[in-house]
Amino acid sequence: MNKSKTADLFEKAMRALFVLCGFLAVAFVVIITVFLIINGIPAIKEIGAADFLLGKKWASTAAQPSYGILPFILTSVYGTLGAVIIGVPIGLMCAVFLAKPFNEKAASVIRSAVDLLSGIPSVVYGLAGMIVIVPLVRKAFELPDGANLFSAVIVLAVMILPSVISVSETAIAAVPKEYEEASLALGATKTETIFKVTIPAAKSGIVTAVMLGVGRAIGEAMAVMMVAGNVANMPSLFKSVRFLTTAVASEMSYSSGLQRQALFSIALVLFIFIMIINLILNLAVKRKKR
Amino acid sequence: MNENNSKSRKIKGIFINIIVGLSVLIICLLLAGLIGFILVRGVPYITIKLLTTKPSLINDTIGILPNILNTLYIIVITLVIVLPLGVGSAVYLNEYAKNKRAVKVIELAAETLSGIPSVIYGLVGMLIFVQFFGMGTGLLAGGLTLAVMTLPTIIRTTQESLKTVPDGYREGALALGAGKWHMIRTAVLPSALDGIVTGCILAVGRVVGESAALLFTAGMANEILSPMESIMPGKAGSTLTVALYMYAKERGEFEIAFAIAAILLVITFVINLCAKLAAKKLKRRREL
Repeated sequence: MNKSKTADLFEKAMRALFVLCGFLAVAFVVIITVFLIINGIPAIKEIGAADFLLGKKWASTAAQPSYGILPFILTSVYGTLGAVIIGVPIGLMCAVFLAKPFNEKAASVIRSAVDLLSGIPSVVYGLAGMIVIVPLVRKAFELPDGANLFSAVIVLAVMILPSVISVSETAIAAVPKEYEEASLALGATKTETIFKVTIPAAKSGIVTAVMLGVGRAIGEAMAVMMVAGNVANMPSLFKSVRFLTTAVASEMSYSSGLQRQALFSIALVLFIFIMIINLILNLAVKRKKR
Repeated sequence: MNENNSKSRKIKGIFINIIVGLSVLIICLLLAGLIGFILVRGVPYITIKLLTTKPSLINDTIGILPNILNTLYIIVITLVIVLPLGVGSAVYLNEYAKNKRAVKVIELAAETLSGIPSVIYGLVGMLIFVQFFGMGTGLLAGGLTLAVMTLPTIIRTTQESLKTVPDGYREGALALGAGKWHMIRTAVLPSALDGIVTGCILAVGRVVGESAALLFTAGMANEILSPMESIMPGKAGSTLTVALYMYAKERGEFEIAFAIAAILLVITFVINLCAKLAAKKLKRRREL
Protein backbone atom coordinates (compact mmCIF):
# COMPACT_ATOMS: atom_id res chain seq x y z
CA MET A 1 0.00 0.00 0.00
CA ASN A 2 2.68 2.41 1.12
CA LYS A 3 4.90 1.41 -1.74
CA SER A 4 2.24 2.06 -4.32
CA LYS A 5 1.72 5.49 -2.79
CA THR A 6 5.36 6.47 -3.23
CA ALA A 7 5.26 5.03 -6.72
CA ASP A 8 2.22 7.13 -7.40
CA LEU A 9 3.98 10.19 -6.08
CA PHE A 10 6.99 9.40 -8.25
CA GLU A 11 4.82 9.09 -11.34
CA LYS A 12 3.26 12.45 -10.58
CA ALA A 13 6.66 14.06 -10.09
CA MET A 14 7.91 12.68 -13.42
CA ARG A 15 4.79 13.89 -15.12
CA ALA A 16 5.29 17.36 -13.68
CA LEU A 17 8.89 17.30 -14.90
CA PHE A 18 7.83 16.43 -18.44
CA VAL A 19 5.14 19.10 -18.44
CA LEU A 20 7.82 21.57 -17.39
CA CYS A 21 10.11 20.46 -20.24
CA GLY A 22 7.19 20.59 -22.63
CA PHE A 23 6.46 24.22 -21.99
CA LEU A 24 10.12 25.22 -22.01
CA ALA A 25 10.00 26.25 -25.66
CA VAL A 26 7.05 28.52 -24.92
CA ALA A 27 8.86 29.94 -21.90
CA PHE A 28 11.96 30.66 -24.00
CA VAL A 29 9.96 32.50 -26.64
CA VAL A 30 8.27 34.59 -23.96
CA ILE A 31 11.56 35.33 -22.17
CA ILE A 32 13.31 36.34 -25.40
CA THR A 33 10.42 38.60 -26.36
CA VAL A 34 10.21 40.20 -22.91
CA PHE A 35 13.96 40.80 -22.67
CA LEU A 36 14.07 42.36 -26.13
CA ILE A 37 11.12 44.62 -25.41
CA ILE A 38 12.39 45.70 -21.98
CA ASN A 39 15.83 46.48 -23.35
CA GLY A 40 14.70 47.85 -26.69
CA ILE A 41 11.98 50.27 -25.69
CA PRO A 42 14.00 52.82 -23.58
CA ALA A 43 16.20 53.99 -26.44
CA ILE A 44 13.25 54.27 -28.82
CA LYS A 45 11.48 56.39 -26.20
CA GLU A 46 14.48 58.62 -25.67
CA ILE A 47 15.28 59.10 -29.35
CA GLY A 48 11.65 59.20 -30.45
CA ALA A 49 10.08 56.46 -32.52
CA ALA A 50 9.88 58.56 -35.67
CA ASP A 51 13.45 59.85 -35.43
CA PHE A 52 14.69 56.36 -34.68
CA LEU A 53 12.84 54.46 -37.38
CA LEU A 54 12.86 57.12 -40.10
CA GLY A 55 16.08 58.97 -39.30
CA LYS A 56 18.49 58.75 -42.21
CA LYS A 57 21.66 59.26 -40.26
CA TRP A 58 23.37 56.85 -37.91
CA ALA A 59 26.33 58.43 -36.16
CA SER A 60 26.43 56.78 -32.77
CA THR A 61 29.94 57.81 -31.84
CA ALA A 62 29.84 61.39 -33.13
CA ALA A 63 30.01 64.38 -30.78
CA GLN A 64 26.40 65.09 -31.71
CA PRO A 65 25.19 61.49 -31.97
CA SER A 66 22.24 60.72 -34.18
CA TYR A 67 20.42 57.43 -34.16
CA GLY A 68 18.42 56.94 -37.33
CA ILE A 69 18.12 53.34 -38.47
CA LEU A 70 16.30 53.84 -41.76
CA PRO A 71 19.53 52.99 -43.65
CA PHE A 72 19.71 49.62 -41.85
CA ILE A 73 16.04 48.82 -42.37
CA LEU A 74 16.17 49.67 -46.07
CA THR A 75 19.46 47.82 -46.55
CA SER A 76 18.00 44.70 -44.93
CA VAL A 77 14.86 44.94 -47.05
CA TYR A 78 16.73 45.61 -50.32
CA GLY A 79 19.39 43.01 -49.58
CA THR A 80 16.79 40.36 -48.81
CA LEU A 81 14.74 41.31 -51.84
CA GLY A 82 17.81 41.11 -54.06
CA ALA A 83 18.77 37.73 -52.66
CA VAL A 84 15.24 36.45 -53.28
CA ILE A 85 15.13 37.83 -56.82
CA ILE A 86 18.38 36.06 -57.70
CA GLY A 87 18.11 32.98 -55.50
CA VAL A 88 14.48 31.94 -55.83
CA PRO A 89 14.32 31.45 -59.64
CA ILE A 90 17.54 29.43 -59.65
CA GLY A 91 16.43 27.46 -56.60
CA LEU A 92 12.98 26.82 -58.02
CA MET A 93 14.36 25.60 -61.35
CA CYS A 94 16.75 23.32 -59.51
CA ALA A 95 13.86 22.03 -57.38
CA VAL A 96 11.90 21.26 -60.57
CA PHE A 97 14.83 19.21 -61.81
CA LEU A 98 15.15 17.37 -58.49
CA ALA A 99 11.43 16.63 -58.22
CA LYS A 100 11.10 15.46 -61.85
CA PRO A 101 14.58 14.22 -62.72
CA PHE A 102 15.34 12.55 -66.02
CA ASN A 103 18.31 10.98 -64.29
CA GLU A 104 17.78 9.73 -60.74
CA LYS A 105 21.48 9.35 -60.04
CA ALA A 106 22.31 12.93 -61.01
CA ALA A 107 19.42 14.12 -58.87
CA SER A 108 20.68 12.28 -55.81
CA VAL A 109 24.17 13.72 -56.26
CA ILE A 110 22.74 17.22 -56.51
CA ARG A 111 20.54 16.61 -53.48
CA SER A 112 23.64 15.73 -51.43
CA ALA A 113 25.33 18.84 -52.80
CA VAL A 114 22.42 20.99 -51.67
CA ASP A 115 22.49 19.37 -48.21
CA LEU A 116 26.18 20.15 -47.98
CA LEU A 117 25.60 23.78 -49.04
CA SER A 118 23.08 24.19 -46.23
CA GLY A 119 25.53 22.86 -43.65
CA ILE A 120 28.46 25.09 -44.52
CA PRO A 121 28.99 27.68 -41.76
CA SER A 122 28.14 31.26 -42.65
CA VAL A 123 31.64 32.50 -41.86
CA VAL A 124 32.97 30.21 -44.59
CA TYR A 125 30.57 31.83 -47.06
CA GLY A 126 31.73 35.18 -45.75
CA LEU A 127 35.38 34.28 -46.26
CA ALA A 128 34.80 33.04 -49.80
CA GLY A 129 32.77 36.17 -50.54
CA MET A 130 35.50 38.38 -49.13
CA ILE A 131 38.23 36.78 -51.21
CA VAL A 132 36.34 36.00 -54.44
CA ILE A 133 33.17 38.08 -54.85
CA VAL A 134 34.40 41.39 -53.44
CA PRO A 135 37.48 41.73 -55.72
CA LEU A 136 35.43 40.44 -58.65
CA VAL A 137 32.74 43.08 -58.11
CA ARG A 138 35.38 45.77 -57.72
CA LYS A 139 37.02 44.87 -61.00
CA ALA A 140 33.82 44.23 -62.95
CA PHE A 141 32.25 47.57 -62.06
CA GLU A 142 35.48 49.53 -61.66
CA LEU A 143 34.77 50.57 -58.10
CA PRO A 144 37.27 51.70 -55.47
CA ASP A 145 35.94 48.99 -53.14
CA GLY A 146 33.95 45.86 -53.89
CA ALA A 147 32.52 45.45 -50.41
CA ASN A 148 29.00 46.71 -51.03
CA LEU A 149 25.32 45.81 -51.17
CA PHE A 150 25.74 43.99 -54.48
CA SER A 151 28.35 41.59 -53.09
CA ALA A 152 26.17 40.98 -50.03
CA VAL A 153 23.17 40.20 -52.24
CA ILE A 154 25.15 37.61 -54.17
CA VAL A 155 26.41 35.89 -51.01
CA LEU A 156 22.91 35.94 -49.50
CA ALA A 157 21.41 34.54 -52.70
CA VAL A 158 23.78 31.58 -52.46
CA MET A 159 23.02 31.12 -48.79
CA ILE A 160 19.24 30.94 -49.25
CA LEU A 161 19.49 28.44 -52.12
CA PRO A 162 19.52 25.25 -49.99
CA SER A 163 16.34 26.04 -48.06
CA VAL A 164 14.54 27.28 -51.19
CA ILE A 165 15.53 24.17 -53.12
CA SER A 166 14.74 21.52 -50.54
CA VAL A 167 11.39 22.95 -49.43
CA SER A 168 10.13 23.65 -52.94
CA GLU A 169 11.27 20.22 -54.08
CA THR A 170 9.18 18.62 -51.35
CA ALA A 171 6.22 20.79 -52.34
CA ILE A 172 6.51 19.96 -56.05
CA ALA A 173 6.93 16.26 -55.38
CA ALA A 174 3.81 16.27 -53.18
CA VAL A 175 1.47 17.38 -55.99
CA PRO A 176 -0.93 14.49 -56.77
CA LYS A 177 0.04 12.53 -59.86
CA GLU A 178 -3.52 12.72 -61.22
CA TYR A 179 -3.17 16.45 -61.85
CA GLU A 180 -0.17 15.88 -64.07
CA GLU A 181 -1.66 12.85 -65.79
CA ALA A 182 -4.81 14.82 -66.62
CA SER A 183 -2.74 17.63 -68.10
CA LEU A 184 -0.61 15.21 -70.11
CA ALA A 185 -3.73 13.44 -71.36
CA LEU A 186 -5.08 16.76 -72.60
CA GLY A 187 -2.03 17.01 -74.82
CA ALA A 188 0.20 19.33 -72.83
CA THR A 189 3.90 18.58 -73.02
CA LYS A 190 5.82 17.50 -69.93
CA THR A 191 7.39 20.94 -69.52
CA GLU A 192 4.05 22.71 -69.91
CA THR A 193 2.55 20.38 -67.33
CA ILE A 194 5.24 21.12 -64.79
CA PHE A 195 5.07 24.88 -65.20
CA LYS A 196 1.34 25.35 -65.73
CA VAL A 197 -0.08 22.60 -63.50
CA THR A 198 2.44 21.30 -60.98
CA ILE A 199 4.02 24.56 -59.87
CA PRO A 200 0.70 26.42 -59.43
CA ALA A 201 -0.57 23.43 -57.43
CA ALA A 202 2.53 23.56 -55.21
CA LYS A 203 2.16 27.30 -54.69
CA SER A 204 1.77 27.35 -50.91
CA GLY A 205 4.78 25.10 -50.44
CA ILE A 206 6.82 27.35 -52.67
CA VAL A 207 5.66 30.39 -50.70
CA THR A 208 6.91 28.60 -47.57
CA ALA A 209 10.25 28.03 -49.28
CA VAL A 210 10.54 31.68 -50.26
CA MET A 211 9.63 32.89 -46.78
CA LEU A 212 12.21 30.56 -45.23
CA GLY A 213 14.75 32.07 -47.60
CA VAL A 214 13.64 35.57 -46.62
CA GLY A 215 14.02 34.66 -42.95
CA ARG A 216 17.48 33.29 -43.48
CA ALA A 217 18.60 36.29 -45.55
CA ILE A 218 17.27 38.93 -43.17
CA GLY A 219 18.77 37.16 -40.16
CA GLU A 220 22.21 36.47 -41.57
CA ALA A 221 24.92 38.46 -39.84
CA MET A 222 28.46 37.14 -40.10
CA ALA A 223 28.69 36.51 -43.84
CA VAL A 224 27.13 39.89 -44.57
CA MET A 225 29.46 41.60 -42.13
CA MET A 226 32.41 40.26 -44.11
CA VAL A 227 31.26 41.38 -47.55
CA ALA A 228 28.98 44.43 -47.21
CA GLY A 229 31.60 46.97 -46.12
CA ASN A 230 29.71 47.82 -42.95
CA VAL A 231 29.33 51.61 -43.33
CA ALA A 232 25.99 53.14 -42.30
CA ASN A 233 25.11 54.56 -45.72
CA MET A 234 21.64 54.80 -47.19
CA PRO A 235 21.46 51.71 -49.39
CA SER A 236 22.63 51.86 -52.95
CA LEU A 237 23.76 48.90 -55.00
CA PHE A 238 27.43 49.84 -55.12
CA LYS A 239 27.79 51.56 -51.78
CA SER A 240 29.18 50.07 -48.62
CA VAL A 241 26.18 49.32 -46.41
CA ARG A 242 25.16 48.01 -43.02
CA PHE A 243 22.27 45.60 -42.36
CA LEU A 244 20.08 45.43 -39.24
CA THR A 245 21.98 42.33 -38.12
CA THR A 246 25.42 43.77 -38.71
CA ALA A 247 24.45 47.05 -37.07
CA VAL A 248 23.83 45.09 -33.86
CA ALA A 249 26.89 42.90 -34.16
CA SER A 250 29.46 45.45 -35.23
CA GLU A 251 29.09 47.97 -32.39
CA MET A 252 28.05 45.70 -29.54
CA SER A 253 31.54 44.99 -28.26
CA TYR A 254 32.48 48.60 -27.55
CA SER A 255 29.11 50.32 -27.10
CA SER A 256 27.82 51.98 -23.95
CA GLY A 257 24.96 54.13 -22.71
CA LEU A 258 22.32 55.24 -25.19
CA GLN A 259 24.30 53.78 -28.09
CA ARG A 260 24.11 50.33 -26.48
CA GLN A 261 20.41 50.71 -25.79
CA ALA A 262 19.85 51.78 -29.38
CA LEU A 263 21.51 48.53 -30.50
CA PHE A 264 18.96 46.60 -28.43
CA SER A 265 16.25 48.63 -30.14
CA ILE A 266 17.65 47.63 -33.54
CA ALA A 267 17.50 44.00 -32.41
CA LEU A 268 13.87 44.56 -31.41
CA VAL A 269 13.07 45.92 -34.89
CA LEU A 270 14.79 42.91 -36.45
CA PHE A 271 12.84 40.61 -34.14
CA ILE A 272 9.56 42.22 -35.24
CA PHE A 273 10.53 41.66 -38.89
CA ILE A 274 11.23 37.99 -38.15
CA MET A 275 7.93 37.61 -36.30
CA ILE A 276 6.05 39.02 -39.28
CA ILE A 277 7.81 36.51 -41.55
CA ASN A 278 6.95 33.69 -39.12
CA LEU A 279 3.32 34.80 -39.19
CA ILE A 280 3.21 34.69 -42.98
CA LEU A 281 4.87 31.27 -42.90
CA ASN A 282 2.27 29.95 -40.49
CA LEU A 283 -0.54 31.31 -42.62
CA ALA A 284 0.94 29.66 -45.70
CA VAL A 285 1.23 26.33 -43.91
CA LYS A 286 -2.31 26.60 -42.60
CA ARG A 287 -3.66 27.29 -46.05
CA LYS A 288 -1.82 24.29 -47.38
CA LYS A 289 -3.40 22.07 -44.75
CA ARG A 290 -6.87 23.26 -45.65
CA MET B 1 -1.29 28.21 -88.05
CA ASN B 2 -1.53 25.01 -86.11
CA GLU B 3 1.92 23.93 -87.12
CA ASN B 4 3.28 27.31 -86.11
CA ASN B 5 1.68 26.94 -82.71
CA SER B 6 3.19 23.55 -82.06
CA LYS B 7 6.55 24.84 -83.21
CA SER B 8 6.50 27.74 -80.79
CA ARG B 9 5.45 25.36 -78.02
CA LYS B 10 8.38 23.15 -78.81
CA ILE B 11 10.80 26.08 -78.77
CA LYS B 12 9.34 27.27 -75.49
CA GLY B 13 9.79 23.80 -74.01
CA ILE B 14 13.41 23.60 -75.10
CA PHE B 15 14.05 27.09 -73.80
CA ILE B 16 12.63 26.27 -70.37
CA ASN B 17 14.60 23.03 -70.22
CA ILE B 18 17.75 24.96 -70.96
CA ILE B 19 16.99 27.34 -68.08
CA VAL B 20 16.41 24.41 -65.73
CA GLY B 21 19.66 22.81 -66.85
CA LEU B 22 21.50 26.09 -66.41
CA SER B 23 20.22 26.48 -62.87
CA VAL B 24 21.34 22.98 -61.97
CA LEU B 25 24.71 23.72 -63.56
CA ILE B 26 25.05 26.91 -61.51
CA ILE B 27 24.40 25.01 -58.27
CA CYS B 28 26.94 22.32 -59.16
CA LEU B 29 29.61 24.81 -60.22
CA LEU B 30 28.94 26.85 -57.11
CA LEU B 31 29.45 23.94 -54.77
CA ALA B 32 32.42 22.51 -56.64
CA GLY B 33 34.00 25.95 -56.90
CA LEU B 34 33.43 26.77 -53.26
CA ILE B 35 34.74 23.47 -51.93
CA GLY B 36 37.66 23.35 -54.34
CA PHE B 37 38.64 26.92 -53.62
CA ILE B 38 38.51 26.55 -49.82
CA LEU B 39 40.42 23.27 -49.87
CA VAL B 40 43.09 24.47 -52.28
CA ARG B 41 43.66 27.65 -50.32
CA GLY B 42 43.32 26.09 -46.88
CA VAL B 43 44.76 22.60 -46.84
CA PRO B 44 48.42 23.62 -47.45
CA TYR B 45 48.32 25.67 -44.26
CA ILE B 46 46.98 22.90 -42.04
CA THR B 47 50.10 21.81 -40.22
CA ILE B 48 50.67 19.79 -37.08
CA LYS B 49 51.98 22.93 -35.47
CA LEU B 50 48.82 24.87 -36.32
CA LEU B 51 46.67 22.15 -34.82
CA THR B 52 48.63 21.63 -31.62
CA THR B 53 49.70 25.06 -30.43
CA LYS B 54 48.12 28.23 -29.20
CA PRO B 55 48.82 31.65 -30.70
CA SER B 56 52.03 33.11 -29.39
CA LEU B 57 52.95 36.76 -29.64
CA ILE B 58 56.57 36.10 -28.69
CA ASN B 59 57.20 33.56 -31.44
CA ASP B 60 54.78 35.35 -33.76
CA THR B 61 53.01 32.08 -34.54
CA ILE B 62 49.35 31.20 -34.71
CA GLY B 63 47.88 27.92 -33.48
CA ILE B 64 44.26 26.90 -33.31
CA LEU B 65 44.35 24.23 -30.61
CA PRO B 66 42.42 26.47 -28.18
CA ASN B 67 39.72 26.98 -30.79
CA ILE B 68 39.44 23.26 -31.50
CA LEU B 69 39.13 22.53 -27.78
CA ASN B 70 36.61 25.33 -27.27
CA THR B 71 34.48 23.98 -30.09
CA LEU B 72 34.48 20.54 -28.44
CA TYR B 73 33.67 22.03 -25.03
CA ILE B 74 30.78 24.04 -26.40
CA ILE B 75 29.41 20.97 -28.20
CA VAL B 76 29.50 18.98 -24.94
CA ILE B 77 28.04 21.78 -22.82
CA THR B 78 25.24 22.41 -25.30
CA LEU B 79 24.31 18.75 -25.70
CA VAL B 80 24.40 18.02 -21.97
CA ILE B 81 21.96 20.85 -21.38
CA VAL B 82 19.70 20.52 -24.41
CA LEU B 83 19.36 16.73 -24.57
CA PRO B 84 17.36 16.11 -21.41
CA LEU B 85 15.26 19.23 -22.02
CA GLY B 86 14.55 18.51 -25.67
CA VAL B 87 13.87 14.82 -25.19
CA GLY B 88 11.71 15.59 -22.16
CA SER B 89 9.77 18.10 -24.19
CA ALA B 90 9.21 15.63 -27.01
CA VAL B 91 8.13 12.94 -24.52
CA TYR B 92 5.61 15.35 -23.07
CA LEU B 93 4.26 16.22 -26.52
CA ASN B 94 3.99 12.61 -27.65
CA GLU B 95 3.25 10.64 -24.48
CA TYR B 96 1.64 12.91 -21.89
CA ALA B 97 -0.09 15.83 -23.57
CA LYS B 98 -3.79 15.29 -24.01
CA ASN B 99 -4.68 18.88 -24.73
CA LYS B 100 -4.39 19.41 -28.50
CA ARG B 101 -4.25 23.16 -28.10
CA ALA B 102 -1.27 22.94 -25.70
CA VAL B 103 0.58 20.77 -28.22
CA LYS B 104 -0.14 23.29 -30.94
CA VAL B 105 1.12 26.18 -28.83
CA ILE B 106 4.33 24.32 -27.98
CA GLU B 107 4.95 23.34 -31.59
CA LEU B 108 4.37 26.92 -32.67
CA ALA B 109 6.83 28.11 -30.02
CA ALA B 110 9.45 25.61 -31.19
CA GLU B 111 8.97 26.78 -34.79
CA THR B 112 9.34 30.39 -33.67
CA LEU B 113 12.55 29.53 -31.83
CA SER B 114 14.01 27.91 -34.93
CA GLY B 115 13.23 31.04 -36.97
CA ILE B 116 14.98 33.51 -34.69
CA PRO B 117 18.31 34.65 -36.19
CA SER B 118 21.47 33.78 -34.32
CA VAL B 119 22.41 37.43 -33.82
CA ILE B 120 19.34 37.82 -31.64
CA TYR B 121 20.23 34.67 -29.72
CA GLY B 122 23.65 36.14 -29.14
CA LEU B 123 22.23 39.41 -27.90
CA VAL B 124 19.59 37.88 -25.65
CA GLY B 125 22.08 35.26 -24.43
CA MET B 126 24.36 38.10 -23.45
CA LEU B 127 21.56 39.95 -21.68
CA ILE B 128 20.29 36.89 -19.82
CA PHE B 129 23.23 34.58 -19.13
CA VAL B 130 26.17 36.97 -19.17
CA GLN B 131 24.55 39.94 -17.44
CA PHE B 132 21.33 38.92 -15.69
CA PHE B 133 22.73 35.69 -14.22
CA GLY B 134 26.19 37.22 -13.93
CA MET B 135 28.03 34.36 -15.61
CA GLY B 136 30.33 36.66 -17.50
CA THR B 137 31.42 36.10 -21.08
CA GLY B 138 32.42 32.47 -21.32
CA LEU B 139 31.93 29.03 -22.78
CA LEU B 140 29.19 28.26 -20.26
CA ALA B 141 27.08 31.25 -21.32
CA GLY B 142 27.76 30.38 -24.97
CA GLY B 143 26.72 26.76 -24.45
CA LEU B 144 23.53 27.79 -22.67
CA THR B 145 22.66 30.17 -25.51
CA LEU B 146 23.21 27.44 -28.09
CA ALA B 147 21.16 25.01 -26.00
CA VAL B 148 18.16 27.32 -26.38
CA MET B 149 18.92 27.62 -30.08
CA THR B 150 19.16 23.88 -30.73
CA LEU B 151 16.16 22.95 -28.56
CA PRO B 152 13.69 22.91 -31.50
CA THR B 153 15.95 20.54 -33.46
CA ILE B 154 16.10 17.99 -30.64
CA ILE B 155 12.37 18.27 -29.97
CA ARG B 156 11.46 17.74 -33.62
CA THR B 157 13.67 14.75 -34.36
CA THR B 158 12.86 13.02 -31.05
CA GLN B 159 9.16 13.60 -31.58
CA GLU B 160 9.34 12.18 -35.08
CA SER B 161 10.96 8.99 -33.88
CA LEU B 162 8.65 8.68 -30.85
CA LYS B 163 5.77 8.65 -33.30
CA THR B 164 7.22 5.56 -34.97
CA VAL B 165 7.31 3.52 -31.74
CA PRO B 166 4.42 1.06 -32.07
CA ASP B 167 1.60 1.46 -29.54
CA GLY B 168 1.94 -2.26 -28.80
CA TYR B 169 5.19 -1.54 -26.94
CA ARG B 170 3.42 0.91 -24.69
CA GLU B 171 0.39 -1.30 -24.13
CA GLY B 172 2.60 -4.31 -23.46
CA ALA B 173 4.62 -2.49 -20.84
CA LEU B 174 1.53 -1.04 -19.17
CA ALA B 175 -0.19 -4.45 -19.20
CA LEU B 176 2.80 -5.89 -17.38
CA GLY B 177 2.13 -3.41 -14.63
CA ALA B 178 4.75 -0.82 -15.45
CA GLY B 179 4.10 2.75 -14.40
CA LYS B 180 4.00 5.36 -17.14
CA TRP B 181 7.52 6.62 -16.50
CA HIS B 182 8.82 3.07 -16.28
CA MET B 183 7.11 2.31 -19.58
CA ILE B 184 8.67 5.38 -21.23
CA ARG B 185 12.13 4.64 -19.84
CA THR B 186 12.25 0.95 -20.70
CA ALA B 187 10.06 0.59 -23.77
CA VAL B 188 9.57 3.91 -25.54
CA LEU B 189 12.84 5.84 -25.25
CA PRO B 190 15.16 2.96 -26.22
CA SER B 191 13.17 2.45 -29.41
CA ALA B 192 13.37 6.14 -30.19
CA LEU B 193 17.13 6.25 -29.79
CA ASP B 194 17.91 6.71 -33.48
CA GLY B 195 15.79 9.85 -33.65
CA ILE B 196 17.54 11.27 -30.62
CA VAL B 197 20.92 10.49 -32.19
CA THR B 198 19.86 12.22 -35.42
CA GLY B 199 18.86 15.25 -33.39
CA CYS B 200 22.25 15.27 -31.67
CA ILE B 201 24.09 15.11 -34.98
CA LEU B 202 22.06 18.01 -36.39
CA ALA B 203 22.58 19.99 -33.19
CA VAL B 204 26.34 19.39 -33.36
CA GLY B 205 26.29 20.66 -36.93
CA ARG B 206 24.52 23.81 -35.88
CA VAL B 207 26.90 24.37 -32.95
CA VAL B 208 30.00 23.87 -35.09
CA GLY B 209 28.75 26.36 -37.70
CA GLU B 210 27.49 28.97 -35.30
CA SER B 211 29.33 32.23 -34.88
CA ALA B 212 27.04 35.24 -34.41
CA ALA B 213 25.42 33.79 -31.28
CA LEU B 214 28.81 33.13 -29.72
CA LEU B 215 30.52 36.45 -30.39
CA PHE B 216 29.06 38.16 -27.31
CA THR B 217 28.33 35.13 -25.16
CA ALA B 218 31.41 32.89 -25.41
CA GLY B 219 33.88 35.63 -26.18
CA MET B 220 37.01 35.75 -28.28
CA ALA B 221 39.88 34.52 -26.10
CA ASN B 222 42.44 32.11 -27.51
CA GLU B 223 43.77 30.47 -24.35
CA ILE B 224 43.92 26.72 -23.78
CA LEU B 225 41.33 25.73 -21.18
CA SER B 226 41.10 22.46 -19.30
CA PRO B 227 37.73 20.67 -19.34
CA MET B 228 37.13 21.74 -15.75
CA GLU B 229 37.85 25.35 -16.56
CA SER B 230 35.55 25.30 -19.56
CA ILE B 231 32.42 24.96 -17.45
CA MET B 232 33.39 27.66 -15.00
CA PRO B 233 31.61 30.94 -15.53
CA GLY B 234 33.56 33.71 -17.17
CA LYS B 235 36.06 31.50 -19.02
CA ALA B 236 35.92 33.06 -22.46
CA GLY B 237 37.05 31.22 -25.55
CA SER B 238 36.46 31.43 -29.29
CA THR B 239 35.32 28.45 -31.32
CA LEU B 240 36.68 27.67 -34.79
CA THR B 241 34.06 29.79 -36.57
CA VAL B 242 34.60 32.82 -34.35
CA ALA B 243 38.36 32.42 -34.74
CA LEU B 244 37.93 32.26 -38.53
CA TYR B 245 35.99 35.51 -38.43
CA MET B 246 38.56 37.23 -36.22
CA TYR B 247 41.53 36.08 -38.32
CA ALA B 248 39.90 37.04 -41.62
CA LYS B 249 38.11 40.25 -40.72
CA GLU B 250 40.03 41.82 -37.89
CA ARG B 251 43.58 40.60 -38.47
CA GLY B 252 43.87 39.85 -42.16
CA GLU B 253 45.48 36.43 -41.51
CA PHE B 254 43.86 34.80 -44.52
CA GLU B 255 46.04 31.68 -44.55
CA ILE B 256 44.88 30.76 -41.07
CA ALA B 257 41.29 31.66 -41.95
CA PHE B 258 41.37 29.38 -44.99
CA ALA B 259 42.95 26.57 -42.99
CA ILE B 260 40.12 26.82 -40.44
CA ALA B 261 37.56 27.02 -43.26
CA ALA B 262 38.96 23.81 -44.76
CA ILE B 263 38.73 22.07 -41.39
CA LEU B 264 35.15 23.31 -40.97
CA LEU B 265 34.26 22.03 -44.44
CA VAL B 266 35.56 18.57 -43.60
CA ILE B 267 33.63 18.57 -40.30
CA THR B 268 30.47 19.67 -42.14
CA PHE B 269 30.94 16.89 -44.64
CA VAL B 270 31.35 14.25 -41.91
CA ILE B 271 28.32 15.54 -39.98
CA ASN B 272 26.22 15.49 -43.15
CA LEU B 273 27.26 11.92 -43.80
CA CYS B 274 26.40 10.83 -40.25
CA ALA B 275 23.05 12.62 -40.39
CA LYS B 276 22.22 10.91 -43.66
CA LEU B 277 23.09 7.46 -42.30
CA ALA B 278 21.04 8.06 -39.16
CA ALA B 279 18.08 9.31 -41.20
CA LYS B 280 18.27 6.26 -43.45
CA LYS B 281 18.15 3.97 -40.43
CA LEU B 282 15.18 5.87 -39.06
CA LYS B 283 13.36 5.67 -42.37
CA ARG B 284 13.99 1.97 -42.74
CA ARG B 285 12.45 1.35 -39.34
CA ARG B 286 9.45 3.44 -40.20
CA GLU B 287 8.82 1.32 -43.25
CA LEU B 288 8.92 -1.93 -41.25
